Formats: sequence, structure tokens, C-alpha cells
Amino acid sequence: MVKVDFGFIDSVLQKYDCDKTRVIAIMQEIQNEYKFLPKDALKYVAEKVDESEAELYGVATFYENFSMNEKGKYIIKVCNGTACHVRKSDDVQEAIYAATGLTPEDHISSDGLFTIERVACLGACSLAPVCTVNGVVHASMTPEKAHALIQELREAESHED
Amino acid sequence: MRIENRQHLAQCREDYRKALECQYKKVLICCGSGCVASGSMNVYSRMKELLHERGLRVDVELQHEGHEESVGLKRSGCLGFCQMGPLMRIEPMGLMYTKVSVDDCEEIIEKTILGDEIIDRLLYSEEGKSYIHQEDIPFYKKQLHVTLEHCGHINAESAEEYIAEGGYTALEKALFDMTPDEIISEISESGLRGRGGAGFPTGKKWAQVAAHKDAPVKYIVCNGDEGDPGAFMDCSIMEGDPHRMIEGMIIAGIATGSEEGYIYVRAEYPLAVERLKMAIADDEAHGLLGDNILGSGKNFRLRINRGAGAFVCGEGSALTASIEGGRGMPRTKPPRSVDHGLFDAPTSLNNVETFANVPTIIERGAAWYRSIGTETSPGTKAFALTGNIKHTGLIEVPMGTTLREIVFDIGGGVKNGKFKAVQIGGPSGGCLTEEHLDLPLDFESTKKIGAIIGSGGLVVMGDDTCMVEIARFFMNFTKKESCGKCATCREGIPKIQAILERITHGSGTIEDIDMLQELSSVVKTCSLCGLGKTATNPVLSTLKYFKDEYIAHVVDKKCPAGACRSLCTMWIDPLKCIGCTKCARNCPVGAITGELRKPHKIDPEKCIKCRECKNGCPKHAIKEV
Repeated sequence: MVKVDFGFIDSVLQKYDCDKTRVIAIMQEIQNEYKFLPKDALKYVAEKVDESEAELYGVATFYENFSMNEKGKYIIKVCNGTACHVRKSDDVQEAIYAATGLTPEDHISSDGLFTIERVACLGACSLAPVCTVNGVVHASMTPEKAHALIQELREAESHED
Repeated sequence: MRIENRQHLAQCREDYRKALECQYKKVLICCGSGCVASGSMNVYSRMKELLHERGLRVDVELQHEGHEESVGLKRSGCLGFCQMGPLMRIEPMGLMYTKVSVDDCEEIIEKTILGDEIIDRLLYSEEGKSYIHQEDIPFYKKQLHVTLEHCGHINAESAEEYIAEGGYTALEKALFDMTPDEIISEISESGLRGRGGAGFPTGKKWAQVAAHKDAPVKYIVCNGDEGDPGAFMDCSIMEGDPHRMIEGMIIAGIATGSEEGYIYVRAEYPLAVERLKMAIADDEAHGLLGDNILGSGKNFRLRINRGAGAFVCGEGSALTASIEGGRGMPRTKPPRSVDHGLFDAPTSLNNVETFANVPTIIERGAAWYRSIGTETSPGTKAFALTGNIKHTGLIEVPMGTTLREIVFDIGGGVKNGKFKAVQIGGPSGGCLTEEHLDLPLDFESTKKIGAIIGSGGLVVMGDDTCMVEIARFFMNFTKKESCGKCATCREGIPKIQAILERITHGSGTIEDIDMLQELSSVVKTCSLCGLGKTATNPVLSTLKYFKDEYIAHVVDKKCPAGACRSLCTMWIDPLKCIGCTKCARNCPVGAITGELRKPHKIDPEKCIKCRECKNGCPKHAIKEV
């Protein structure tokens, strides 16, 4: 379980003057820190901006980018925008699932390393198909390159240990 | 440094211009999303490092005084030819180098910067011909850059360069030489129409907001929530020439009497957010944003809101709901946002490209603008050209340019196979086929055939793309993005998607096709917002132009494009197979048999079409039919 640093949440709230209309920006900063929205943090924010927890939960779950689940160290976003789709991004995605051993239902791999997200268009259509690993774009992907990429990340990880 | 008044701005412009002139070589490295992804930032750092090592004077920022001969090194906006990235443009020679790597930097400095030698290897070449100048490359030849004129030509992170190139001249004119009414009538006369999709006349919108004379507060909102998959024009403008868009917004503020502006940027565009933040901070420091702009007594403040990943927020009322901190759900209109928009105040909501057009129109006049494009759709349009095409990238052409010119002259034709269709306008648009190749692309002509220009995504498809599968793909997208307010959109789209899923899996019936038609029309007529109203366009237009493909799927159980996996048969070409047994070992269900060094066979009864055999085959002997 992630431990929420309420001092940090306070600093974010202060930055936005506890303004109800800025909750999206507030939640974005929190998610930036934890990679997801911890329940305790949401509860705290709701109280401070004088909004019901349910309302805030409603906003958080409405938007695709907010996650209520913990995420892996490497967040792999596989683009499935039209341009990537036409250039066979499905095959790349399948390869990434196979290489990481994840299924579309999993939020995080059991070793805590990977989270796979399908996104619609990362704006790098001319390099299709693309995927990003923690924001870094990998262009013109193929199933082979996908396998190699995951392998590389795993190796980097074992060196760190 | 704060620029106090008009004379002071003129003085600054002169200073910056002189500083630019002292740069005997200007090296522009494309730092748009595409080139950054191919490593242009590393090229930039390497160039900087090497130039310093050699003790050459390098100017990254323009100074007011003390100008000396130097090399200008700049991170520019998108040059458009993303596929050939990282791109480097060298002035004053007008050279363009493509696919520049870190290892090329030393040679570039040695030969091109210090000498005037051209490195042939780095030039773009096509069909045996090398092109020295960017403008001569076929990809650029038929283009006309208005909103993108600075992209790739100035440092995207420098307000000073924008000013030196004549930036904020239009703002000056709007502040000191024109009344708000005159600004609005100039924009109205220019015939500028919203570039976000609907093509609503911008001047009319501004006039409606301006008419609320007693409103205590009014807003200018820029819609940078470019959600259409396959579109990145607005992204490129925000990244490549942020000041131009900001200038357009300030002018809109002056014209409508609004002092507050918001830019809503899509979450997936972190670089755009970064550049805009930088631009806003610079403009505030220069006194071009904030209180008493250039000593005119006029104020305009600007704020950035980052989206959080909801396609529906591209819809006006959903976007304002999101800025207010709520769920981005559209509401019934009227009242329209010009009367009751953001925080219930009169709001002018325009698209990025629309704002980027404004400074040019004010500066050069409505008559000049009208001389470009067509009678009812003047000006240019930026398109993102992607998909199965030789040259992908960002283009800008006069309205009314034909699809043939875009796909074949600029795009160089289809990459693999034969041209089949172009999806225009993203998930809300439709497909254009061979018969539309000579159609002039403008608001009216596309509407007539059931498509829309939309924000400007053009995804080219060849004969290996299945149109039923494409329709399914778009329905899958809108199914997820429907906000759930209207029953027709919330319930109808998943039903349509399920039928399409069935058809692409080979279990569709002929009745399904009629049902698709009916359901699609219901969703179109009975949904509230733009998303629902246009969501089924991809189905309706593929049904209209590619009914044969639907019939082939349901009657013959065949996918003519060979794209629908369940309808394909895997087959080993005996002439290519060398009998290495790799496929037989890879097959998870034991469907492949054969002796060593003899052609193998696949048992179609056992095959689950997982393609493990095909992916592993060293001789590419496994085909799908």
C-alpha cells in the first residue's frame, strides 16, 4: 500500500487555493506523484475543497487519465489511434502483452514492473505504430521490437538490483 | 524586460532583428513531437556541445545589444516531414538535412557550418534525385504555409524571435489603430471559419460575444483538446509557434471585450503544455499579456488547463464543464456558449488553428486572406497526413486543394498496395474513395458527400485495410468515449459495435447490415452533442461506399482485404518454405506438419490463426488468404 504524504497534498491544495474548480489540476498533480489516485488522498482533497467524496470520485472516474489503481514502474502506453491501427498496432500490443505476461484485465504485473495502457493517439502519427514507456516514445514498432524492448527493460532492472 | 509602449516594441523588434542578422548561420533543429521521438533533442545537445568545444559563439537567445557574429542554434517547431526526422534546417542556405543522427553533428559543423559544403548523404532524395532546398521537395511543393509559416523557421521557445519576425504587429494594430468593431468586421470579411470541425464563421461568433456589453466578465477559450486519433495539427501549432496562437487570443479578447482566457490542452501533449507555459511567462514578462498591455490600458490574462483524457471534451459545453472542474458532459443548446458559456458568462470558444489565423488576417487584411482558398471557405487548412502513405507528416494547403493533389503529389501515393480510401475528420468523419479524388477539400464539398473536414486528420488506407474493420475500430473508440448522457449514444453505439464485431468474425447475417443502417441513423438523429450526432458517420459512409465488403463478410464469409483474422486462412507457400520446422515448433496447437527440409503444411481445421508461425518464419513463406 502506498503511504500518502498529506504534507504534499496540502502543498498542492495551497497552490490551487483549495479551489473547487481546479480539482482536475489538483488530482493531476497527485497522480503525477503517485502514478494513481490513492483513496485517502481523494478523501482528504474532497474535505478540503468542500466537495462530496462521491462528486470527486465521479470526476476522477469520468476521465480516462485518472487511475484508482496502483501502477507499475514502467507504464507502457500502446497507441491505438487510427494511424497506428492502420499500421497494425494490434500486433504490437499483442506482443507487449505476451512479453510482459499481462492480460488486458491486469492493472499491474505481479513483479510490480509493468502497466499496459491502450491509448487513442499520442500525436506521433507519422511514426506509427508507436508506444511510450514512461513518456519516452518508441517509433515504428513491430512485434519483434516490442519483445526486445521488454527484454531490455527487464535487463536494466536486474542490473539495478 | 517589460515593453512599455508601441515605440518601445518597435525598438525591441529592431534590436532582435539586428541580433538575428548577426547570426551568420542559423541551425534549426525540429523539436516537434515527431522529431523529438526520433531523437532530435539529442542532436540539439550534441550540436551545442560541439560548437562550444570549438569555441564558436553560439546564440540561443536574442540579445538587445552587444551583437556579435555567431551561430544561431534553435529548437524549432514542426517542419512537417516527420517521417524523415530528426530534421535540421540550415539558414541562410535554406538547406534541409533529414534523419540526422548524433554522429553526423561533427561533420555538419566542419563542412556545412564552417565551410559552405553540402553533405549529400543527409539530403532528402527521391527516385534518385537529391533535394538541397526544403521548398523543392515534392512533399512541400504544393503546400502553402500560413498558420505554420514560422514552424521550423524560428525558435519555438523564443518570444524575441517571434517579435523579430514581425510577431505582435497585428496586436499593435488591434490595440492602437482599430476599434473592437473594426477588428470583428475585418475577421468577418475575411470569411474565416472555425477550424475545429463545424466551420462556424469566427467573426459572427465574436460579434455575438461582443454584443453582451453589460456582462461583468467574458471569456476567450481556446480548444486545444485535439482528440481525433490521427490528427496532430493543433499540437504542432501549440508546440511550434505558441506566440502566434496567443496573439490571436489576445486580439479576440480585445475584439470581444474579454480579459480572461483559457487554453484547454489535451493531456497527451506534454510538450505543447510546456511550450505554452514558457510562452505565457515570456509574454507576461514582456508586458504583452497581463495588465495594461503595451501601455494601452487593455488587459488580458491567460491560463492553461490540461485535459484528463476525455474525447467528448472537444465538444464546447463539455470542455467548459471540464474547465469548471466537473465531469465533461455536454448540455442541451441553446443557450449557446456565446451567451452562457464558461462559468455561465458569454464565451468565445475557438480552435487553435482558428486563433493562429487571426494575426495574419489583421496584419495583411481580409482581402488578402480571401484571395486564398475558395469562395465560401477562404484561407488554408492544416492536415495531418498519416496511414498507409509514402510521406507522412503535417501539411498546410489552400482550402479547395483536391484529395488527389494531397495523397499523390504531396503524400507520394500509397505505401503498400493500391489506394482504397481516406478517412477524413476522424471518428466523426467519413471516408472518401477513389471517386472523390478530384473533390476540392472545403467545408461545403465534404459536407455534400456526408463527410466533414473536421479538425483535419487524413488517414490514408490501402487495399489491405478492411473497411468493415475500420468502422468497427471507430465504434470501439466512440463506445469508450461516449459520456453516457444520451441513451441512443450510450446504448446504440455498443450495439452497433457488437454487430460489427460479429461481422468481422464471420458470424454476421445479411439482416445485420439493415440493422446497422437503422441503428446508425437513430443514433445520429437522437443524440444531443456533436459526438453522438457524428459517431456513426464511419458506419454510414462505409456502408454507402463499401457495401460489397460488408456483403462479402456476411455472405461469402470472406474478408476481401485479408485483414479480418477470423476470416483468413493461413497458408504456406511451398516455393518459399525451406522446411526449417521452426513454424511447426512455434505452433501452439500442432496444426503444422512436414518433414525436415521439405515444404510444411497447415491444417486449417486445427489452426487458431494466432500467427506465431508467420511471425517466426525466416523466409516469409507464410501467407494469409
